[in-house]
Amino acid sequence: MLRIAEKAFRPGKFPFPLMHIDTGHNYKEVVEFRDKRAAELGERLIVRSVEDSMKRGTVVLKSENESRNKHQSVTLLEAIEEFGFDACIGGARRDEEKARAKERIMSFRDEFGQWDPKNQRPELWNLYNARSHKGENIRAFPISNWTEMDVWQYIEREQLELPSIYFAHTRPVVMRQGSIVPVNVPLMNGELTNLPKAGEEIIDLQVRFRTVGDISCTAPVESDADTVEKIVLETATTTITERGATRLDDQTSEASMEQRKKEGYF
Amino acid sequence: MSAQHVEDRGLLRFLTCGSVDDGKSTLIGRLLFDTKTILADTLSAIERTSSKRGMTAVDLSLLTDGLQAEREQGITIDVAYRYFSTGTRKYIIADAPGHEQYTRNMVTAASTANLAIILIDARKGVLTQTRRHSYLAKLVGIPHLIVAVNKMDLVDYDQATFERIVADYKEFAAQLGIQDMRFIPLSALNGDMVVDRGESLNWYEGPTLIEILEQAPAAQTEQAESFRFPVQFVCRPHASDNPELHDYRGFMGRVEAGEIKVGDSVTVLPNGLTSKVKDIQLYGQSLDKAIHEQSVTLLLEDEIDTSRGDMIVASDEVPAQTKQIEATVCWLSETPLSPARTYWLRHTTREVKAKVASIAHRIDINALTQESATTLAMNDIAQLTLKLAQPIFADKYTDSRATGAFILIDESTNNTVGAGMITGV
Repeated sequence: MLRIAEKAFRPGKFPFPLMHIDTGHNYKEVVEFRDKRAAELGERLIVRSVEDSMKRGTVVLKSENESRNKHQSVTLLEAIEEFGFDACIGGARRDEEKARAKERIMSFRDEFGQWDPKNQRPELWNLYNARSHKGENIRAFPISNWTEMDVWQYIEREQLELPSIYFAHTRPVVMRQGSIVPVNVPLMNGELTNLPKAGEEIIDLQVRFRTVGDISCTAPVESDADTVEKIVLETATTTITERGATRLDDQTSEASMEQRKKEGYF
Repeated sequence: MSAQHVEDRGLLRFLTCGSVDDGKSTLIGRLLFDTKTILADTLSAIERTSSKRGMTAVDLSLLTDGLQAEREQGITIDVAYRYFSTGTRKYIIADAPGHEQYTRNMVTAASTANLAIILIDARKGVLTQTRRHSYLAKLVGIPHLIVAVNKMDLVDYDQATFERIVADYKEFAAQLGIQDMRFIPLSALNGDMVVDRGESLNWYEGPTLIEILEQAPAAQTEQAESFRFPVQFVCRPHASDNPELHDYRGFMGRVEAGEIKVGDSVTVLPNGLTSKVKDIQLYGQSLDKAIHEQSVTLLLEDEIDTSRGDMIVASDEVPAQTKQIEATVCWLSETPLSPARTYWLRHTTREVKAKVASIAHRIDINALTQESATTLAMNDIAQLTLKLAQPIFADKYTDSRATGAFILIDESTNNTVGAGMITGV
């Protein structure tokens, strides 16, 4: 997405800031990469944190261990209001998930950030309707029509740098309900999160992440692909969908992504 | 198997159209399944759902029914996009529902497709909806049609049945002026002639569906088009630390038609001033030329005041600058068109206010006859004259899809309410 923005706007600056909604439970490697990349690009980075929403009382966790992933929507909506953003550009793709297959490239959200799948603006040719009233918001998905393979081929062609956890590495994990769950993951402040439950056996496994989000809900896959080339090959021969084994948040029910999107999720 | 070693036949976007029971979702499911696009976890999920519904075989149509509401109702309610790849070509399928009331969904799906598969149920033959789908495909300018006679298993794979349907369709297609069409018998349910040939249609000697798709021309148009470059953004970096950029003025956008080379003469609309292309840039590199659908930055030899919504065109092929257009419009909104109201008309990167001057006629897309009308309801198609508050730089849709198409936007709700194709300027 950043490379596309560079191609679109260089030699000028981006006509928009970059924003990250930080759950406070993000992989250290990713947070460090975020700051480094924003500095290299010389673009403005806004970070808004779910923990601040918790302090304000707008996010209340059911329990201390509840995943903060879906609560990002609250922080996102608060940030949209704070800065008066009329549009947010995101990297979601239609091939990721069934509910996303019907998402528009310019997706209209009402004042509450809600997505109404039955009442979407038709999109014809490449004429996009981005008009909105004050308080309303457009979520724009420029790479809607890319597949996971397209993304990796683009990374290969453009020789893009990535956070290290996208490549095969060894880390402590446990097996939980068929998924590989990383444990004892260090946070930015040095604290460990995702502690193993009693009785779980910790193993060191060679893994990589196909999709990265909140630590509590993204699981890696077993892999020895340590270069982009190898990942392209592995993607061509995989038998599991990108979010299938890797997104613990999508497994709650067949419609959980749709539900989250209706509530303002990206 | 690196991508460089495989023949790359580019991207083909196609549309499937058929009625509720023509087996459209099953056909898409079959294409995905037999090209091994469906991964293990998706397959086990639809196996679970199929058996929950008491079905014995896996219901491939479950692959495309995306939203909870339609899974509950068992129908597809909106355009869905599916992706698959054969190694030589990437495909995007637009799946538009076949219900009577969904003309607008088909027009939407068709607007970005360069091939359409028209599904016919072998037991039913050419129906009213077959005509409607074919008419719409032709209207939206899809250059290639595949007429797929499905459910051949239910007519004992009978060759005479297939040939009768082909003859019926050809007669009707001639009336519409459809030229490029292919016919194929298949059974999506059993997989005959989709990706594999199967054993049951040995009398058919033509290519399978996937073979036709692999060989279909990917370009939306084969005719040479005039250069059209709607300006999306003007880049003026004003970088104080870089004197080279001090006078930089780059016009950013996408080549919507034709192509452009360094040194070509261009005219900037609406002011009509002419200049020559000094440089074509893409991410810091200079190109000799830019082709159709390429997004680039153009630098001109002369300083011309230009902003978003203007258009840079070939000086010897300037489009019409007009405040009145004739167009075929498909109405998309539940709120009917009101000739008393003003709408936003979006054409390329330009938005102008528009009002209906007159409705010449509405088209009955079942009988394909013309009738008089004073308003338009959702799914209606009509021939209109529109008056515009500012000029647009328009081509006929049949000459250039990108500069001949527009959408209408409701001023108060901001909804997209109409889709238009310019027929006269």
